[in-house]
Amino acid sequence: MLKTPLYNTHISLNAKIAPFGGWLMPIQYQGILAEHAHTRKRVSVFDICHMGEFMLEADPSLSGFDRIVTQNIISMPEGSCRYGFMLNEQAGILDDLVVYRINKTSWMLVVNAATTPGDYAHLKKNLTGKYNLKDISDKTGKLDVQGPESLDVLKSIFGDGLSKLNYYNSCEFTFQNQRCMVSRTGYTGELGYEIYISTDYVVKLWEVLLKDSRVKPAGLGSRDTLRLEMGYPLYGQDLDINHTPLAAGLVKFVDLSKDFIGKDALLKEQASGPKERLICFQADSRRAPRHGFAIFANNQRVGTVTSGSFSPSLSVGIGIGYVCGNYDVGSRLIVKDAGTEIPVVVIKRPFISKTSLLGTATIF
Amino acid sequence: MNIPKDLFYTKDHEWARIEGKTAYVGITDYAQHSLGDITFVELPKIGEELKQSGYCATVESVKAASEVYAPLSGKVLSVNTQLAAHPELINQSAYEKGYFFSLQISNEAEKANLMDASAYERYVEGLAK
Repeated sequence: MLKTPLYNTHISLNAKIAPFGGWLMPIQYQGILAEHAHTRKRVSVFDICHMGEFMLEADPSLSGFDRIVTQNIISMPEGSCRYGFMLNEQAGILDDLVVYRINKTSWMLVVNAATTPGDYAHLKKNLTGKYNLKDISDKTGKLDVQGPESLDVLKSIFGDGLSKLNYYNSCEFTFQNQRCMVSRTGYTGELGYEIYISTDYVVKLWEVLLKDSRVKPAGLGSRDTLRLEMGYPLYGQDLDINHTPLAAGLVKFVDLSKDFIGKDALLKEQASGPKERLICFQADSRRAPRHGFAIFANNQRVGTVTSGSFSPSLSVGIGIGYVCGNYDVGSRLIVKDAGTEIPVVVIKRPFISKTSLLGTATIF
Repeated sequence: MNIPKDLFYTKDHEWARIEGKTAYVGITDYAQHSLGDITFVELPKIGEELKQSGYCATVESVKAASEVYAPLSGKVLSVNTQLAAHPELINQSAYEKGYFFSLQISNEAEKANLMDASAYERYVEGLAK
């Protein structure tokens, strides 16, 4: 199992540690509910060093890079970021990722931890001509600072210039004379920033952040409940090679006006209609649907839960899952496991309507 | 780890406070700590006949659901109705406000199958190794 540079810090903070994507990661410190609430009200810092980062020097059209990602790479302004997918020829999702355009020919790709080796191989296989691809995951630390007061906290570290950073944009800043990249992005639904810094400095940055009384550490447990309340998908659960962006309801992150790997299969699926669709549902009770539970409509099994949890903000169970057939908002379904039956109602994502991000900007 | 001296314990981390022919039942401090934030509890029904080591309740934390087993056989006399709206009481007060239910003990000899506090403490220490 791999460990991030902050592993010993997490141990000293009495974090509960568990395996995640091949890494030993902190799941919680004080408790998932407290960390969730703190992120929604103030600021949390998450150790996300396990995620993969690639640097790519390439002309996007001449190198074939634009064909590898579903978003239009060529049209990205310098300093912008875009969420999108890498697909196989069958339009199955190999990974979801965020592409950063650093300058005209430099890019950073941020990918999931478990998929990093496969993503790198896919890029190597499909890039052509003149390009330079480097896996910088081992040298790159990543901290996510999320919450309504995140800008105020980070301005004290990076300066007032951070206020000018727009949603889904990135900029270089310095921390203790060390260059780092800060993007106004995140996966919690709150105003937030993701900081990429050398692994030599990531522990120091963590310590400086935690000296601020507004900031508390949060683990992957609350990160999961926060992202689920926003209806954001998690690769390996809600997204995988057997499902397409169309089935996942995420075709807005696919530019159908350009060419990309998997486009023909996706157009075919669009014409016939996807066999399965990802839906969001909310339970009548505090009982939580769980990954793998069956979804029933009129006593017939119609699908499977891919993510489910107790929602700390709503105090009811919430979930996401694939179903065959059309179940519109308001449809009543039953989520089942041995001995457990949870009545749920289909709702539109996100599950919650008021956060420090919603109302200002949202990609989903 | 809080392990009160006057209670009896199971290997599945339930406790029983025996007062005459009545036993109050809950899960231990070790169990609530391992589960993390508890968000839902399904309790047995009043009048239900429980068997020692048989399923009697479900407790859910943010991340997982766990089954709870009866430490003793008997008929359920009362349930802690506070837990429906406030399952966090189990985290806050595992042996008092967070008790699950009481039952009328039907076979006092079964007490011999339970651990006392010092035996449970050794058992939990063994799990940590």
